[in-house]
Amino acid sequence: MPNDLLNMDCKQLREQIAAGKVKSVEATQAVFKSIEKNDSKIGAYISTFKEQALAKAKEIDDKIAAGESVGFLAGVPVAVKDNMCTTFGATTCASKILENFHAPYNATVVEKLLAADAVIIGKTNMDEFAMGSSTENSGLKKTVNPWDASRVPGGSSGGSTAAVAGRLCFAALGSDTGGSIRQPASFCGVVGLKPTYGRVSRYGLVAFGSSLDQIGPVTHTVTDAALMMNVIAGHDVADSTSVDEQNAPVCDYLENIDKPIEKLKIAVVPEFNAGADEPVQKALSDAIEVYKKLGAEIVEVHMPHWDYAIAAYYMIATAEASSNLARYDGVHYGHRTDNPGDYVEVYTKSRAEGFGKEVKRRIMLGTYALSSGYYDAYYLKSLKVRNLIRGDFTSAFEKCDCVITPVAPTTAFKAGEKTDDPLKMYLSDIYTISANLAGIPGISVPCGFDENNLPIGLQILAPAFAEDKLLRIARMFEKQTDWHTNRATID
Amino acid sequence: MTSDISYKVIVGLEIHVQLCTQTKMFCGCALQFGAQPNSRVCPVCLGMPGVLPVMNKHAYEYSVLVGLALNCKVAGFTKWDRKSYYYPDLPKNYQISQYDLPLSENGFIEIPLESGETKRIRITRAHLEEDAGKNLHTAGNFSQVDLNRTGTPLLEIVTEPDMSSGAEVKALAVELQRMVRYLGVSEADMQKGHMRFEPNINLVITKGGKEHKTAIVEVKNLNSFRALERSVDYEVQRQLDEFIDSGKVMEMGNKSTRGWDDDKQMTVLQRVKEEAHDYRYFPDPDLLPVELDDAWLEQIKSQLCELPIKKQIRYVSEYKLSDYDAGVLTADRSTAEFFEEAVKAGGDPKRVCNLITQVGLKLANEAGCGIAELSLTAENMSELAKMIDDGQVSASAGNTILEQMTKTDKAAQVIAEELNLIQKSDAGELEGIVEKVLAENPKAVEDVKSGGKKSKKAQGFLLGQVIQKTKGQANPKVVSEILSKKLS
Repeated sequence: MPNDLLNMDCKQLREQIAAGKVKSVEATQAVFKSIEKNDSKIGAYISTFKEQALAKAKEIDDKIAAGESVGFLAGVPVAVKDNMCTTFGATTCASKILENFHAPYNATVVEKLLAADAVIIGKTNMDEFAMGSSTENSGLKKTVNPWDASRVPGGSSGGSTAAVAGRLCFAALGSDTGGSIRQPASFCGVVGLKPTYGRVSRYGLVAFGSSLDQIGPVTHTVTDAALMMNVIAGHDVADSTSVDEQNAPVCDYLENIDKPIEKLKIAVVPEFNAGADEPVQKALSDAIEVYKKLGAEIVEVHMPHWDYAIAAYYMIATAEASSNLARYDGVHYGHRTDNPGDYVEVYTKSRAEGFGKEVKRRIMLGTYALSSGYYDAYYLKSLKVRNLIRGDFTSAFEKCDCVITPVAPTTAFKAGEKTDDPLKMYLSDIYTISANLAGIPGISVPCGFDENNLPIGLQILAPAFAEDKLLRIARMFEKQTDWHTNRATID
Repeated sequence: MTSDISYKVIVGLEIHVQLCTQTKMFCGCALQFGAQPNSRVCPVCLGMPGVLPVMNKHAYEYSVLVGLALNCKVAGFTKWDRKSYYYPDLPKNYQISQYDLPLSENGFIEIPLESGETKRIRITRAHLEEDAGKNLHTAGNFSQVDLNRTGTPLLEIVTEPDMSSGAEVKALAVELQRMVRYLGVSEADMQKGHMRFEPNINLVITKGGKEHKTAIVEVKNLNSFRALERSVDYEVQRQLDEFIDSGKVMEMGNKSTRGWDDDKQMTVLQRVKEEAHDYRYFPDPDLLPVELDDAWLEQIKSQLCELPIKKQIRYVSEYKLSDYDAGVLTADRSTAEFFEEAVKAGGDPKRVCNLITQVGLKLANEAGCGIAELSLTAENMSELAKMIDDGQVSASAGNTILEQMTKTDKAAQVIAEELNLIQKSDAGELEGIVEKVLAENPKAVEDVKSGGKKSKKAQGFLLGQVIQKTKGQANPKVVSEILSKKLS
């Protein structure tokens, strides 16, 4: 029975709980049983809240039994990445510098989950401050890929995708600055959506690259991603960059999810499909065939400035990060060095002790990029490249409804394989970064397996605020395939 | 030695004005001076992980208003930038400010000079930013940080180096204080740090036909107009002496910061700026640029009022008041408006001015409020002024009546009658009394008629006798006329 329960997706579970057929307490207990059994191997969670979660589950069950109205996600156990502030537990960003940091407020998305009566069961591991593509940069613990424990789950939201793939929750929230939801979703064989910049409030998301960061769902199915979007999307007065609903209204993403897009026009970018590993290329061509069979027209588009995306991204993201991370100084909260010699040492030693290697590397890079005399050549130039890439997408979307690409050039790589070569690691984001630079939504959907039975993801990119369309296009594919029904077997 | 030396003083100001909005610049915390340390804070102004700023629209409007009052070009498009530096009173370790696109620039302010003329001081720019907190070095080998002030909207105004004395610097400071108070955008209390002035001072010394510039000194820690003025004058002398003693002149990197020691009345070296600090400015990605469209600008413009310096000049030319009186009346907006209302209601400007400056302001001061807050209407004030000018009551009785008016709700006329202060102006009635006095004082009458030295004094004596006989109620003007007629 618990196993069947864990095989449900969010939508099913939500309906069963609402109908009183399954108790939220049962589902929550099943999740914790699974965590207790498997998370010592997977390492998805930095913290869990069993007592609190069960209490909340019971509260929901009682309400349902009493016929009271409950929220949209009533009783569904979900996880959030540990860079979203919660008043319960710590908010560590997987960094030693925030290891014991307890936030005095909830992130807007957390408030929304709570308001929807979701049961938040824990906070997931990640690359420190979301900087990385394998979750190996976590300063606190190691997470493995539930499909193969010798491999990384991807990153930076590797804890969230491993938790969903490993059946340690029904859905999770991740954050995506350059591919941090989509790439690990692809590596873990789950669905990951990065919404349009401004669609989901960033208030309470610990900033990495403020102009790129976006929170999104990690789920088993496209439908579940739509369901999660119904809870988290929308304008927030606390986030000036969240988009006014008059300009871009939020819609009911579930309402038309099973309705195919008519006269669908899909674009492919021939030059960069060639850069991916052979099994990834094969899975992509197969996916295109699926769409063709559904009557979609396939067109080719070119992204002339795509080559500069990684360089521009690593300037903009690190520049913003160098400023965003300045506040972790040991003065007001977080790790403070013991016995500093003077006040300057409070800063230098606290930061030297608290930050990991990759975070330091990016702070250095960003500080350099913003320094007087270098600003124009690096930061300003990168902003220009960013505009050109945005322009590439604008022209592309004049010819199509969406662009299809691989999510990553490879499937999940071995732990330790790229840790000594940051550039190689950075290249695993080559297909995802442009969506962040352009601010457009992108989704990763399971589309096959390689020879090692490792999942492959299909990336679909759509115009800004076209999440509804994007989800429907993804759902068209999902309906025709059963990749998403494959389950990782950690034990 | 020094006889062939002449010099010119060059002073520019960097000014910070705290705006008196209800809430802080980027969060909803209340602005409150003197509250328990760290009691007016929230995750946003504490710079907690994950927080985001939201612009206070009122602060922006207040700033534009000042920009307009300073005759600046107000920008239609501005943005927010992060200015990075590490300091314990700055929790994010960056300050949200405006770098290359300030909300206003290229303006000027007219300041009154002692000569009665005005001088135009150019304004380089005025931009909005957030204030930092306060480090408290109280005791022991640690410091404390109070973040109540963190995030207070702060308008930074930079002038061109157009001032040439401590007196001019003070005049600008006083004028700016009067201006922002008129506009209602700041309490502008220097003691409380609402207004902070940092003069940059140096001299151009001509010696033996050659010009030498002394190193620029920025003075901090000035919390009164007096300190501001004195610090400038002190620096002028110090720099001159230093030049004469050592020949020290401006070089790359020898700009220094000195603090004002109010006890010793001198500036003390704090630090020499070796090189320009790299603040690594870049646009804050958490905030949207601000677009000030015509409709919004018009709405802000509608909140402008006649500025104090213009009022002061107008009072002199239109109402023939002295520059001093005009200055007193325009020192704050409510007094000026009260004065203008009373004049509009028919009171003679000079008379109303005297009532306000000689009695009204004293009473308001005693009551600890503005003149408009006393229980006194401009109409009543104007009525009183008319009664004095019509000779119904004497000027000194007018002062007594005004005092009573602030204590009761009664009109001037009612009080005058109750206190029996109405002057007798009935010529027929007064003639009898005059005749009686003349009959009783033949010596004085003779003195008047004889003309000469004693005449004026004697006439005054007779007038006094008549007033005395009427217990002070005779209108001196009417009595004088009767006396003159009888004695001619």
